Amino acid sequence: MAAAMSLAVLLLLLVGPGCWGHAEHPRDSLREELVITPLPSGDVAATFQFRTRWDSDLQREGDTDHYFLRYAVLPREVVCTENLTPWKKLLPCSSKAGLSVLLKADRLFHTSYHSQAVHIRPICRNAQCTSISWELRQTLSVVFDAFITGQGKKDWSLFRMFSRTLTEACPLASQSLVYVDITGFSQDNGTLEVSPAPSSTYQDVILGTWKTYAVYDLFDTAMINNSRSLNIQLKWKRPPDTAEALPVPFLHAQRYVSGYGLQKGELSTLLYNSHPYRAFPVLLLDAVPWYLRLYVHTLTITSKGKENKPSYIHYQPAQDRQQPHLLEMLIQLPANSVTKVSIQFERALLKWTEYTPDPNHGFYVSPSVLSALVPSVVAAKPVDWEGSPLFNTLFPVSDGSSYFVRLYTEPLLVNLPTPDFSMPYNVICLTCTVVAVCYGSFYNLLTRTFHIEEPKSGGLAKRLANLIRRARGVPPL
Amino acid sequence: MGLLSDPVRRRAIARFILRLNTPLCVLSYVAGIAWFLALVFPPLTQRTYMSENAMGSTMVEEQFVGGDRARNFARDFAAHRRKSGSLPVAWLERSMRSVGLEVYTQSFYRKLPFPDETHERYMVSGTNVYGILRAPRAASTESLVLTVPCGPDSTNSQAVGLLLALAAHFRGQIYWAKDIIFLVTEHDLLGTEAWLEAYHDINVTGIQSSPLQGRAGAIQAAVALELSSDVVTSLDVTVEGLNGQLPNLDLLNLFQTFCQKGGLLCTLQGKASGRPHGPHGLFLRYRVEALTLRGINSFRQYKYDLVAVGKALEGMFRKLNHLLERLHQSFFFYLLPALSRFVSIGLYMPAAGFLLLVLGLKALELWMQLHEAGGNPEEAGKAPGPGSPPLAPQGVGLASLMAPLLISQAMGLALYVLPVLGQHIAAQHFPVAEAEAVVLTLLAIYVAGLALPHNTHRVVSSQVPDRGWMALKLVALIYLALQLGCIALTNFSLGFLLAATMVPAAALTKPHGPRPLYAALLVVTSPAVTLLGSLFLWRELQEVPLSLAEGWQLFLTALAQGVLEHYTYGALLFPILALGLYPCWLLFWNVLFWK
Repeated sequence: MAAAMSLAVLLLLLVGPGCWGHAEHPRDSLREELVITPLPSGDVAATFQFRTRWDSDLQREGDTDHYFLRYAVLPREVVCTENLTPWKKLLPCSSKAGLSVLLKADRLFHTSYHSQAVHIRPICRNAQCTSISWELRQTLSVVFDAFITGQGKKDWSLFRMFSRTLTEACPLASQSLVYVDITGFSQDNGTLEVSPAPSSTYQDVILGTWKTYAVYDLFDTAMINNSRSLNIQLKWKRPPDTAEALPVPFLHAQRYVSGYGLQKGELSTLLYNSHPYRAFPVLLLDAVPWYLRLYVHTLTITSKGKENKPSYIHYQPAQDRQQPHLLEMLIQLPANSVTKVSIQFERALLKWTEYTPDPNHGFYVSPSVLSALVPSVVAAKPVDWEGSPLFNTLFPVSDGSSYFVRLYTEPLLVNLPTPDFSMPYNVICLTCTVVAVCYGSFYNLLTRTFHIEEPKSGGLAKRLANLIRRARGVPPL
Repeated sequence: MGLLSDPVRRRAIARFILRLNTPLCVLSYVAGIAWFLALVFPPLTQRTYMSENAMGSTMVEEQFVGGDRARNFARDFAAHRRKSGSLPVAWLERSMRSVGLEVYTQSFYRKLPFPDETHERYMVSGTNVYGILRAPRAASTESLVLTVPCGPDSTNSQAVGLLLALAAHFRGQIYWAKDIIFLVTEHDLLGTEAWLEAYHDINVTGIQSSPLQGRAGAIQAAVALELSSDVVTSLDVTVEGLNGQLPNLDLLNLFQTFCQKGGLLCTLQGKASGRPHGPHGLFLRYRVEALTLRGINSFRQYKYDLVAVGKALEGMFRKLNHLLERLHQSFFFYLLPALSRFVSIGLYMPAAGFLLLVLGLKALELWMQLHEAGGNPEEAGKAPGPGSPPLAPQGVGLASLMAPLLISQAMGLALYVLPVLGQHIAAQHFPVAEAEAVVLTLLAIYVAGLALPHNTHRVVSSQVPDRGWMALKLVALIYLALQLGCIALTNFSLGFLLAATMVPAAALTKPHGPRPLYAALLVVTSPAVTLLGSLFLWRELQEVPLSLAEGWQLFLTALAQGVLEHYTYGALLFPILALGLYPCWLLFWNVLFWK
């Protein structure tokens, strides 16, 4: 999937203990890993994960108070190295050793997809949860595009991707691993060749399917000492055919604004369930800014041409300038279907000073969030979270028959009615004057009745003249 | 306003207007025409300049070199097209995927209200193919569109080739901040309309189409390309869209900049018909600034190859990519005497204003005459009080005007509704095809309207005949002035053309004097005859003069096209003529034959 998706810089602060990880672990531990996944399109995805844990003297105070739970989103963030530098500084080895030497900004920003995240949460140190540790998890995912980075070539290596190779593990880390997804490229099939030979392989159920990974351990001295550096290479024996349509995931979504003109519009979200026979529920969360006034009665949910009634709706109306609309729904997606959720809105007229400096750019509407338990193709066994790789916990499995996915749709850009800001002061003054003068006098003219009266006595001059005339004895004017 | 509330001065003004009415009218009309003609001269035209900051100072370096690639694509496309007889959808999908785009198709179906004889189509079904180039690390909130329409008569193979070559070149660059949609539509504008409606998820014209699978946010600008030869001598740009809507002037400036930079010869076309002159015209409704570039291959010596055209397009797209906001800085209302010169709305509107002033002056004169004639004998010399209702005291109640007004409006409604509604009945009873039936019914109703005065007179029993026609003409004048004012504001060319032709006849019409002369004048300046006349003039300007029979045929097809465009794209010319101007014109006809 070469599709570039939104960069979501998301700071997730989960208040409350994690539901797993009760085991005792060393203090200030760092685990780092890199997962390289060749994609069917010939592109390659790389995901870094760094997990740091440290003990804290903070005591747990009862259960999580949901009153303090907050959700905020910044729909647009321009990607640049300024996002990366402070993020790198949080790593124990910074970018001096270990996997983080690969984090070179000029290569990471030549990618077609970039996603960076920081998660911080308290976790219980024992089963009774009397003391807690803090866990800082940093992830960075990039997708290297064969057309841009690879100049059309679909063979990849660490050097080609990051213009660096791995030389040593971070001395502070307890674990430092590189995984390469070799599912479907097994030896008998022989479409993909990975060199050097991995130290071991790892198999697990990820996203509902069996995956095989080649594992490279940086603490394995044989791995690095042979050549002083580790440059993992991926060679296609038979390059993937790009002219074919690519496989799609079971759950994906699309969001857009429909309609034209600056008065009304419609927010539509398309939810695709491409699973051939399993229906599953999705929790859809929408936070819409107040200046799009939602018409809640127009909320329609249709799948396969029929109305689909959500089993749960929570709606919190917006307050102008204070709080956005919040709409949360639990929708059942029938198997192999497209569900359309649409709601109409009216564009509000903002106050003069409330417009952004670039009002004609439009206003962003944050993405809707989909949370779902997607059915697996193969049943997963219960996992020991501490023992399994970090990337495993990105898609936690609840009961083995499904896995959890959270999707963010694309943000939207909506134009609001915008006044001409080129010379507002002149325009306002001029129009007000013209309207006042015209309106005043026309109103005057239309509502008054006029009676013509001959002037009884003239002006001062005439009266003076008459006075003189009377004095002279001449008849007055 | 003291001027108007002072009875003495008002009387003076009234007397002045009454006495000098005819010279004032003539003067105003001449001034309007002269002003319009003067618009070509420098003090009234300004040089165009780039207003948009984001596109102004930064220069881009074009690196497109895929001329051979474009030609190969074009050759393949033409071959596949010949083989399949329609748009080679599978081939297009494959080629777009091979250059690295996300490809989607959209099928659509449209049954036209009646058979379109010029394009030989009635039930149209087709497929649009589009590929999206996703901007790296962006969230797909904004996009640009490059579209090539493929129709039965315009193959545009070279344009498709260039589109694919450009897509391949663009795909390898990392600087894109907006997604780029490469769209190839079938059946010319019908496909474009279907795609646009599906993209915005609305249904304006009753077209049926499959929903779009891929979208790329709000479209910021679009360029349509039409090329049918490997080399071009010039690029022709069309700006006028549906209902005379124009794209922001900055888009045109951008095109002109790259014409100058690449040394391309660029020309400009414009007409006043309110129909879209290229697929870009349909984009304007959705507030997407768009224009159409058409490659012309004439007998000129200097020719440019596809690389030159491709470079100009690359430059335009790179600059549009820089845009931070929608194009809004420059003019939306302008006239273009040349590509590098423009007339802004403030300068061209007086021309229409002067023409409409004639109607105003005439209306004022009639108003005063009505009051003078109806007033008391001792007040006859004085102007009427402003507060008194216009017609009631004179005995020409509005009631007596209702009959002609209603009848002519009903006639207009019939003109609008009946031809398409009754096409099957007409086709059954007369030996004509549906399309002919529509046009002939149209003409029949139009001409039948001329018989109206004789019918309305039976309804109207006016005891004061003179005042009757004056009141009717007063209403008609104001009605006409309002309509023309509105048209001139939105589509100046059309509004001015109609005003220039209709105003003199409307002002002159009265039931006395040389009636046959007035009648002839009125018929000559009726909207339909204006259309016929402009067709002849247009062909004369193209140096392909028409014979009378050809002209008639062309006239009939133009009528059919006008009606079709209303139904297929939502062009407003036909309803304006049928529901607005034609009834108004009938009122004048009524005035002329008032007894």
